[in-house]
Amino acid sequence: MVTADPVWHEGTVLSTTYATPGGRVLTLHVPEWGGNIAGQHLDLRLTAEDGYQAVRSYSIASVGEGDTIELAVDQIPDGEVSPYLTLDVMTGDQLEVRGPLGGWFVWHETDPSPVQLIGGGSGVVPLVAMMRAHAASGSTVPFNLLYSARSDDEAFYYDELSNAKGADVTFRFTRRGPRGWQHPVGRLTKEVVQQATLPPDSTPMVFVCGPNGFVEAVATWLVELGHDPARVKTERFGGN
Amino acid sequence: MVDMDPHTGVVNVGRIDGNALAGPLSEIFRSDMTLASGECRSCGHLMLLADTVVEMDDAGFIVMCSSCKHVLFTVVKSEKRTWIDVQGLAGLGIPSA
Repeated sequence: MVTADPVWHEGTVLSTTYATPGGRVLTLHVPEWGGNIAGQHLDLRLTAEDGYQAVRSYSIASVGEGDTIELAVDQIPDGEVSPYLTLDVMTGDQLEVRGPLGGWFVWHETDPSPVQLIGGGSGVVPLVAMMRAHAASGSTVPFNLLYSARSDDEAFYYDELSNAKGADVTFRFTRRGPRGWQHPVGRLTKEVVQQATLPPDSTPMVFVCGPNGFVEAVATWLVELGHDPARVKTERFGGN
Repeated sequence: MVDMDPHTGVVNVGRIDGNALAGPLSEIFRSDMTLASGECRSCGHLMLLADTVVEMDDAGFIVMCSSCKHVLFTVVKSEKRTWIDVQGLAGLGIPSA
């Protein structure tokens, strides 16, 4: 499944659900998919009526075998693909996908290392896939997620992550927390990362995903806190 | 960090690290190239392509060293061919497919 598959496959949109005010969860049916590992992504190709094509990469929230894929797409004003996916796309629409892609930012259930996940905004999507893979595998390695989002409304998979079993989840809200939230609100800091994540001496595998500036800052803090740079895997997307 | 095309006004917010190379490079190589290692001709740093810095638009992409940010290679697609400029690469280790 790791080997890249360069073929474009036809997919059909099975469902669209608003997960946040500006973001949607899409499920696609792709008969030739063949499953994916937690953390992988796909390329999605849209063709306009005039033949113009746009390709974008999206992390996959679903894991394992099967021909149904779940994506969570955030609204980013890129002028073409994301407004289509967050506003216009409807059940039954056809899309083209290529994948599964990427064998580096992935978690294998046979890995005996403890796992620390740190996500910002929609960067939590591949980490959700890893949480799901961990829960489904029966793996007993410690799993710990630190998720920074603007608010609970704007956090992807808030309910699922709040009730996650077999994993430790810490939310850090940058604007406001849910009603009755007792914890400080604000941007992630090095101190919060230190308090809310597995210590370097437990030699966890660390996965960081989010906007560019977020990943840059968090990865730098992790190395300063004593994590081995070779065990800090990052995935970043455009924007701040 | 807004990357807008001055002619079309299209803002490119594609991924900007080497993980995003998996799909485009699958059109050229048989292996998962995010697991390939590249050596920077400028500073000698050896890195996985997954760990590089990438700028991408619909015409192609630029892959830069994660350490010194010099260009390792560029790929530009046109209708008749794909042009790969590898001047910044001292070597490329491709995993067996």
